[in-house]
Amino acid sequence: MNSAEFTPEEMMTVAASRALKNDDVCFVGIGAPSAACNLARLTHAPDITLIYESGTIGTAPDVLPLSIGDPELCETAVTTVSVPEMFRYWLQGGRITTGFLGAAQLDRFGNINTTVIGDYKDPSIRLPGGGGAPEIASSSGQIFITMKQSLRGMVETVDFFTSFGHGVGGQHRKRLGMTTKGPVLLITDLAIWKSDPVTKEFVVATLHQGASRDQVQNTCGWTVKYSEDLSKTPVPTDLELTTLRDLKSRTEAAHGG
Amino acid sequence: MSKFTSLKDAVSQNLNDGDTVAFEGFTHLIPYAAAHEAIRQGFKDLTLVRMTPDIVYDQMIGMGMASKIIFSYAGNPGVGLLRRFRDAVENNWPASLEIEEHSHAAMANAFEAGAAGLPFAVFRGYRGAGLVEVNANIKSITCPFSGEELAAVPSIRPDVTFIHAHKADKAGNVLIEGIIGIQKEAVLAAKRAVVTVEEIVDAFDTHPNACILPHWAVSTIALVPGGAHPSYTHGYYERDNVHYLEWDKIAADRPTFQQWVQENILDATPADFNKRVEKLRNAV
Repeated sequence: MNSAEFTPEEMMTVAASRALKNDDVCFVGIGAPSAACNLARLTHAPDITLIYESGTIGTAPDVLPLSIGDPELCETAVTTVSVPEMFRYWLQGGRITTGFLGAAQLDRFGNINTTVIGDYKDPSIRLPGGGGAPEIASSSGQIFITMKQSLRGMVETVDFFTSFGHGVGGQHRKRLGMTTKGPVLLITDLAIWKSDPVTKEFVVATLHQGASRDQVQNTCGWTVKYSEDLSKTPVPTDLELTTLRDLKSRTEAAHGG
Repeated sequence: MSKFTSLKDAVSQNLNDGDTVAFEGFTHLIPYAAAHEAIRQGFKDLTLVRMTPDIVYDQMIGMGMASKIIFSYAGNPGVGLLRRFRDAVENNWPASLEIEEHSHAAMANAFEAGAAGLPFAVFRGYRGAGLVEVNANIKSITCPFSGEELAAVPSIRPDVTFIHAHKADKAGNVLIEGIIGIQKEAVLAAKRAVVTVEEIVDAFDTHPNACILPHWAVSTIALVPGGAHPSYTHGYYERDNVHYLEWDKIAADRPTFQQWVQENILDATPADFNKRVEKLRNAV
């Protein structure tokens, strides 16, 4: 495969990585966010500070961790602190510029559910729960979210407010005493979405190559809105794709046993 | 004063039916050997406390040992869901399980408050979070100085905490390195603390700010090399990521799970842990 051929998932990871800046201090969720954050570090943002909730600050793993507490995160970190210190001083203390989260269920206002499908007391599927996400969502300077689009995942209303995004939209965060920006960016396998400055609803800003409006709507449970200056997401560069594929193959070799 | 015993005695002397117990470790240093010994001894009606229940609590819940769990992330890290935990929550199998669910920040603060001898923890959290409506132990408090409304949760004070650590010295001081997680707080918050260690040495060769639990803060120590498997002990052996992936299949089906527990826990001994990490030691 060369840069003319890439998967939607690769496009998603590349697009997500580009959103991060060299001077960001990023609290990294496991899974898709972790791949994007490390791709950013290995391409345009070599000095980015990546933080995992296990307490590893400024980590630079050679392969993607399977868990948030893999040994390599600690070995390559600037420092490793205790979990209470992580959440109290570094997150609650306001040191994190960007929190990067995945989601099982997401609504148009960036509210995330990773707790239950169905009723909390009698769930049809019991998911793992929030972990660090509720306070990452409220205490990080801003939130990026990345997930693959599906009708199951992108829903009109989340079954449970694991992490509060913009609630019902508008100034809802402010009314709850939050001074951080909350979700500002959503990167999917089909598009980049930005939250509207007033309504706070996610609006499609760019479509990935090959993705159509129909595809975006057919994999999204709410009525999709598009930016007036809708454009195309730039395709991955050779460097981005090569770096991502090398990272993935090193990761598979390391975790495959 | 801490004392050295076999793992069997350490567990039987410190754990009782009905206890609130924490087997802590944040991905790293999870005290599997101690939990397996507790499974072999067949304790009942436990309240299990742990930020990230992981497959060790999947095993204990699947064996019907827990009546309640206090937690903040019940997943198989990097792999998916905990299937025995799900079966208990969704289908009451093998027994119903009361859940008290928090965020990581809340649990971390609650353990720290427990270690600090405080009745509750205060922090900026749970804003807009759904857990506030389903967990009666999440309350709010107004700062008497600024008027800011903050979250409050009861401190965690386990009857007993189990952890796994790198080393003990001969006096019974305990050294923890790497991802130290919440273990120090979990030990200091508990009435009793049991530590399994990789080795016992004459003296530590470390720096002045190392994470050391003085011997008088630990009740009992048991030497169990490999005792964190399939979690890991940094510098001793790697995390058994393959086992974490395999667990998803083992736990997917009740008879497969029960057979696995019979062969690998009930019919096994603490000494088996050293064998399980043999190949993982070479990887370090």
